Amino acid sequence: MTSLDILAAAVLNGLMSGAVYALIAVGLTLVYGVLHIINFAHGAILSAAMFAAYLAFQAGVDPYVAMVPLALIFFGLGYGLQRLVIGPASHGDDRNILLITLGLSIVIENLLLAVFNSDTRTVDVAYGFSTLDLGFTFLALPRAAAFGVSCLVAVLLWILLAQTDTGKAIRAVAKEKLGASLAGIDVAHIYAVTFGLGAACLAIAACLLLPTYYVHPRVGNAYVLVAFTIVVLGGMGSIPGAIAGGLFVGVVESLSGLMFGESLGQLGIFVIFILVLLIRPTGLFGAKA
Amino acid sequence: MSVARAYGAIAIAALLLALLPVMVQSNTVINALVTAMIIALAAQGWNLLAGYGGQFSFGHAAFFGAGAYGNAILQTRYGINAYAAMLTATAIGAAVGAVIGYLSFRSGLRGSYFALITLAFAEVFRIIANATPFTGGAAGTLIKLQVSAANFQFASRAIYFWIILAIVTAVMFLMRGIERSRFGAYLVAVRENEDAAAALGVDTLDVKLKAIMLSAAMTALAGAFYVQYFLFVDSSIAFGTWISVEALLGPIIGGLGTVFGPLLGALALHFLGELAKAVAGRVLGIDLALFGILLVLIIAFARDGLQGLLTRLARLWRARRPA
Amino acid sequence: MSKTGKTGLSRRRVLEGGAALVAGAVAMPAYLRAQGAAIKIGILQPVTGALAFDGAQGQIGAVAAIKAINDKGGIKSLGGAKLEMVFGDARSTPEGGTAEVERMAAEGVVAIVGGFASPICLAATQAASRYDLGYIVDVGVSDQIVSRGLTNTFRFAPGFGIVTKSALDNLVTINDAAGKPARTVVLVHEDGLFGSGLAKLMQAELPKRGFEILDTIAHPTPARDMSNVALQIRSKNPDLIIPSSYYGEFVLLARTMQQQKIKPKGIFCVLNGAASNYRFVKEFPEAAQNVMDCNHWYDPRNAVAQALKKEVEASGKFFTYNVALNYSGVLLLADAIERAASADRKAIVAALASSTFAGHIMPYGPTQFVGGQNTGAAPVNTQVQDNDIKVIFPASFADAKPVFPVPA
Repeated sequence: MTSLDILAAAVLNGLMSGAVYALIAVGLTLVYGVLHIINFAHGAILSAAMFAAYLAFQAGVDPYVAMVPLALIFFGLGYGLQRLVIGPASHGDDRNILLITLGLSIVIENLLLAVFNSDTRTVDVAYGFSTLDLGFTFLALPRAAAFGVSCLVAVLLWILLAQTDTGKAIRAVAKEKLGASLAGIDVAHIYAVTFGLGAACLAIAACLLLPTYYVHPRVGNAYVLVAFTIVVLGGMGSIPGAIAGGLFVGVVESLSGLMFGESLGQLGIFVIFILVLLIRPTGLFGAKA
Repeated sequence: MSVARAYGAIAIAALLLALLPVMVQSNTVINALVTAMIIALAAQGWNLLAGYGGQFSFGHAAFFGAGAYGNAILQTRYGINAYAAMLTATAIGAAVGAVIGYLSFRSGLRGSYFALITLAFAEVFRIIANATPFTGGAAGTLIKLQVSAANFQFASRAIYFWIILAIVTAVMFLMRGIERSRFGAYLVAVRENEDAAAALGVDTLDVKLKAIMLSAAMTALAGAFYVQYFLFVDSSIAFGTWISVEALLGPIIGGLGTVFGPLLGALALHFLGELAKAVAGRVLGIDLALFGILLVLIIAFARDGLQGLLTRLARLWRARRPA
Repeated sequence: MSKTGKTGLSRRRVLEGGAALVAGAVAMPAYLRAQGAAIKIGILQPVTGALAFDGAQGQIGAVAAIKAINDKGGIKSLGGAKLEMVFGDARSTPEGGTAEVERMAAEGVVAIVGGFASPICLAATQAASRYDLGYIVDVGVSDQIVSRGLTNTFRFAPGFGIVTKSALDNLVTINDAAGKPARTVVLVHEDGLFGSGLAKLMQAELPKRGFEILDTIAHPTPARDMSNVALQIRSKNPDLIIPSSYYGEFVLLARTMQQQKIKPKGIFCVLNGAASNYRFVKEFPEAAQNVMDCNHWYDPRNAVAQALKKEVEASGKFFTYNVALNYSGVLLLADAIERAASADRKAIVAALASSTFAGHIMPYGPTQFVGGQNTGAAPVNTQVQDNDIKVIFPASFADAKPVFPVPA
């Protein structure tokens, strides 16, 4: 195989991973855009979602079938979490929200640990080893599916925000909380809806990851630091930014891993992250603050 | 609060703690106390920057690790005496704090952004420490076991305890001094409203820089002491998220922005962790889950933590007594 | 999976010993040794935290060995004194290990077995040396453990140095016996203690033995994706892949290679987290088929080992090498106590130092400690064959023939 083929395959790999990163980041950036805080429990919720998908699989439900019900369940959980815990406990102070989401991440992770132990679990789906022969490489079917569904969900979310009343309310709250509440929008409700949407994205991502990845109580952390990077890169609060950022990071990670080794490839992501934060904290796609 | 009251309480608390190894000779207890004090020291550092200054770092591991590796490497690679190495490591920690602080505060990072960038720095350090031969790579760095006072290695664990207690006490005196100083007032002003403080002529960048340097130095000293006590460090001990989390759990549970908060919090966490184990048995992670719940509850209902609780109890007690 | 969560926000790193405040008061060292009174031995394992799976496995072995000894009449030279376990949870951290050693010392144990991970072993052996407490390291492969001149520390299993040397020797022998089908190699390793150290040694040694290293690929733990690693392997098309990774990452790699239809002549693992793990074999029989591993393993011809394996599997657990190593470690200690005919710590350390114990269930010869390392210890080569893990080398312990090169 030629070096061009490898390059093409690596870019393709990067896009496949990047789409799932983007989906995880979209949830994070949505919450940031509206609540103006980084949700540090994002990774833990992803871990929880992966366990939920795992349990569904154990009960005989294919992860792809479980996707929609789980998304609804996690929407409900996210809604409840914001409405009943984060909102009331933080008294509206940003710094409190920061600490509470951190506290929640500790609680969720360790409860998962208490229930499931620290074993690494994997599922073996029938299509786990199916591939598409693209000539220069074999593309694993579950990864292609993850790419497709991630893009679809991102587009759906985009339409939801642009076209529906709820979407308009979310955008209104994101822009001007006080004004929105004066206009009769229930801000607490919109906050919770946003949080719920973020959690639902994670549930979908979890179902997409399960056929090719493993599950254990800290699995979400492997993704959430990347998601932070993408959110910052794409501009905190910007959904198109998160999608572009996700694909970009996926490809950069893949190529730098190929060139500098997987371990230092990780470093590349963080260096980009720090540089963007320092030089242009509003992100490459974000509006000027 | 009078000067005597302000400092006296610290001195009394320190004296009481210092008597512990005399009363309880069990090394198990003393070892637990030493570990708690190391956390308390790291937590004091976090509390200065976050509790007083309002800059919430989620990456104090960066400073802890700088102190830990600094101390270990200076001794093993350059043959520097343990005492000098620990002091230098503390200074290195302050320097790392200065760099991270300068970069992020100059860029105006606050809140979520500041939390994120500190997290990222700690993670970058961890990856580098894990990959470079200079830090011993993934195998870590081991300080040779040579018990002698000249090497800052003692046969008795009580001596380690008294030293770390003395350091924590000194830091608490310093914190009390800062509380009562102009610098302390500026710091609180920055926490409450940075823009207003700047408008009133406070050089907020300067204040935040001083705070992060001092904060980093304290946490780095905790790291240096950790290495001196366990004689081993690797990248996940030094720069792992565990210390970032513990450094902030302590003050929040003990009392954010108070002198006693980090100490109370660190001791309470130890006690609670074991209590949870005793009650729930060997259920994985149950103690940390409990800490997390406690953290949420304290932020929801008692912003001033245990310290506030104690103060309120004391007030109640005094009110009950006829004057 | 033996190690993860380096980046976990709540890496379980705790606040050990706090309760020591409670426990210490109760556990005053009030051990009076009447003839035949129980002898306390410390079993240290990380049963919570990132290494909890391995710790629990080690505990199974130690508990089984104590039961076996007591059932056979305890320590005869001490009037049939029974062994009593003082269990310590190292919580997957060096501080956790240290705190538990302190507690065990206070409770009057005569020696300690266990530790599992190198950082825990480094800290725990040092803490034990303060009390002249004999310490038998069960796994801890870092050679720093036995190079510090601690006279109380004994490692029963082979460390890095021995494992790598054996792996190379075994590889050459297996390759030669098959008519030298393999010449080119790609090394894949996790970037932590095990992987990096092994890769370094391999890079120095393999060329001397006629192999050509086409590439060395490091990956982090946890790794999100192994597609690129597989891609690089495919482009280099080596005869042999030598991976050294933890459970999750190796499973990912093996699955990705299967997806990408990469079929080298052999996969030769060294101290791999998955290739010698029945769970991997059970869950991914196809990906696991014919993977070789140079690792700790029990002696498959030993009747006691076979019985123990049955017993462990009957209770729904997997029979991993931790079980066998800790089982053997406790037997080794019991033998030393027997010969010392005393519960005195120093006497037991002396008895361990002069041990020639051969009644273990490992594929080792008689025990002989040189500078704390059992020079009789060696890893063996296993291979996954038809949903089972077989020993293929050395011939004296083998229960199957190597399948190499793997039929395409």
